[in-house]
Amino acid sequence: MPGELWRRVAFPVKMPELPPAIEVSHLVKVYAGVTAVSDISFTVARGEIIGFLGPNGAGKSTTMRILCGYLPATSGDVQICGLPVATQSDDVKRRIGYMAENNPLPEDMRVSEYLYFRGRLKEIPRRHLGPRIDEVLELSDLKRVRHKIIGQLSKGFRQRVGIAEAILAEPPVIIMDEPTIGLDPHQILIVRDLIASLRGRMTVLISSHILPEIEMTCDRVLIINQGRVVAQGTPADLRRELFGHSNYQLQAAGDFAALSAPLVALDPTLHVTAQGEPGADGFRTVTLATERDEDLGETLLRELPARGIRVRALTRTQPTLEQVFLAATRRSWDVVAAVPRDKPAA
Amino acid sequence: MKHFFTLLSHEIRMLLVSPATYVAATLFLGFMGLVFTKILEAYSAAPQEISPIDVYFQLFWLPVCVMVPLLTMKCLAEERRLGTIETLLTAPITTTEVVLAKFGAAYLLYLALWGSTGSFFYVLQRFSGDVQFVDAGPLLGGYLFIAVSGLLFVSIGVFTSSLTRNQSVAGILSCVALALLIIGGHALSDSPWLDRDSFLPLKNAIEYGHVWAHRDDFARGIVDTRELLFYVSSTVLALIFSIFSVEAKVLHS
Repeated sequence: MPGELWRRVAFPVKMPELPPAIEVSHLVKVYAGVTAVSDISFTVARGEIIGFLGPNGAGKSTTMRILCGYLPATSGDVQICGLPVATQSDDVKRRIGYMAENNPLPEDMRVSEYLYFRGRLKEIPRRHLGPRIDEVLELSDLKRVRHKIIGQLSKGFRQRVGIAEAILAEPPVIIMDEPTIGLDPHQILIVRDLIASLRGRMTVLISSHILPEIEMTCDRVLIINQGRVVAQGTPADLRRELFGHSNYQLQAAGDFAALSAPLVALDPTLHVTAQGEPGADGFRTVTLATERDEDLGETLLRELPARGIRVRALTRTQPTLEQVFLAATRRSWDVVAAVPRDKPAA
Repeated sequence: MKHFFTLLSHEIRMLLVSPATYVAATLFLGFMGLVFTKILEAYSAAPQEISPIDVYFQLFWLPVCVMVPLLTMKCLAEERRLGTIETLLTAPITTTEVVLAKFGAAYLLYLALWGSTGSFFYVLQRFSGDVQFVDAGPLLGGYLFIAVSGLLFVSIGVFTSSLTRNQSVAGILSCVALALLIIGGHALSDSPWLDRDSFLPLKNAIEYGHVWAHRDDFARGIVDTRELLFYVSSTVLALIFSIFSVEAKVLHS
């Protein structure tokens, strides 16, 4: 045994590295001459929760349908857990839980009947199916409506039936097309918790127009517009990439004409971007911008009073994901609009 | 075909909870019961030359043109209208399995409804006390014809349901297609212009697909393999077109 132990320590067995959950490379989809998805590439690691954003008609649903093996791609390569969707779509479908846009469900079935039927199609053994259905009903808070007909359920319950169905077979990849659409804040909270509970166990790709929701739930964001990926990364990375600065908002009084020099002394990129009118007490709202990532709040609170500026409030303001989304999509439109202007010159 | 029986049992359950099924069953059994009563009245009033069973099965086309559309119009059209076809096809199943399960369920229900009319003949034999009223040959031949021709009729219904999202449109298309096949062939076969030499191939084709003539053969106890081949091959063709139709709609969805 010591020899065996020594061998294990000296020559550790290297575990084979698992392929990423989703790997999309140069994906193109053309419908009747219209390019819905144009050369998209991205990778999603196992256990990650990704927000898939884009304006209506950007190609989100088409991309999701291709990932699920429902639609064939015109060109490019899509792999789910290392399996190519084009040639092994049945194996890929076994590894995916999909909730389609608008969550289509059969109107005439009871919730438990529907989950049983879907479980059988997803090849869950009969003896495991009953306990698993109980588990997902519990997770999705659907136990009290399990015997109700789906057509009679409210929108919130129907959405949860769709999510329960997607996670039923415990697939490594879950794809949900707008799972929180039409839900009230209480129901959104339940769905958010449900999705958050999957973190680390399953890879989740969610498309949504509710951007604060995506920011709270997702590890990373992928923004597409006009069939192209226009930005991807964590919300913080995207803020840095698209805005390149941090903003500070001050409530301050003093001699602002002489403020520029001390600001440059603190940080060469720090400057005043907006200044409000002073109130009766002499205080006004001033907005400062800097390209530095580190928080300058403490420095400002210490240095500005030393230079004769009285500060009564300071806030570091960050662009919201909505602003990031708008900036990213606007940037892509600008690029597309610039192409015809550039062409004659070329 | 791993999931065929799961889908088939699901489809049968869905048909059994659909109001259209009960409308079709009520209309069918009511109409066939009425026909049967009228036949018995006619036979009790005066002796007739042909068997009452033969007369009964001659009217097969009328319930077929109504019942088959009612049983099949919803099957694929409704899946497309609700969008559930997308959820269905993202499970590890094929379009072929989906179409065959829907066809199988509608066909089994079609057989069950026709099978239930067997009770009319049982009641007749039980209470008339005269075996000549219920001749086993034409009865078996008639039911065999219903079973074989039903394959084609139901597959046409499934095909028309695959063409549209609107189940009413699917029902009307199915009714028209069945009427053209059953009544159109019969009407054309008597047309004198088909006797010209140039129309001979067309006349042969119409005679090959003449459903009424097939029924007469089955009623006389003749089971012609060409007729069996006609129904089986046409059914396969209609189902292949249904599969292509569903896949084409998915590609352009």
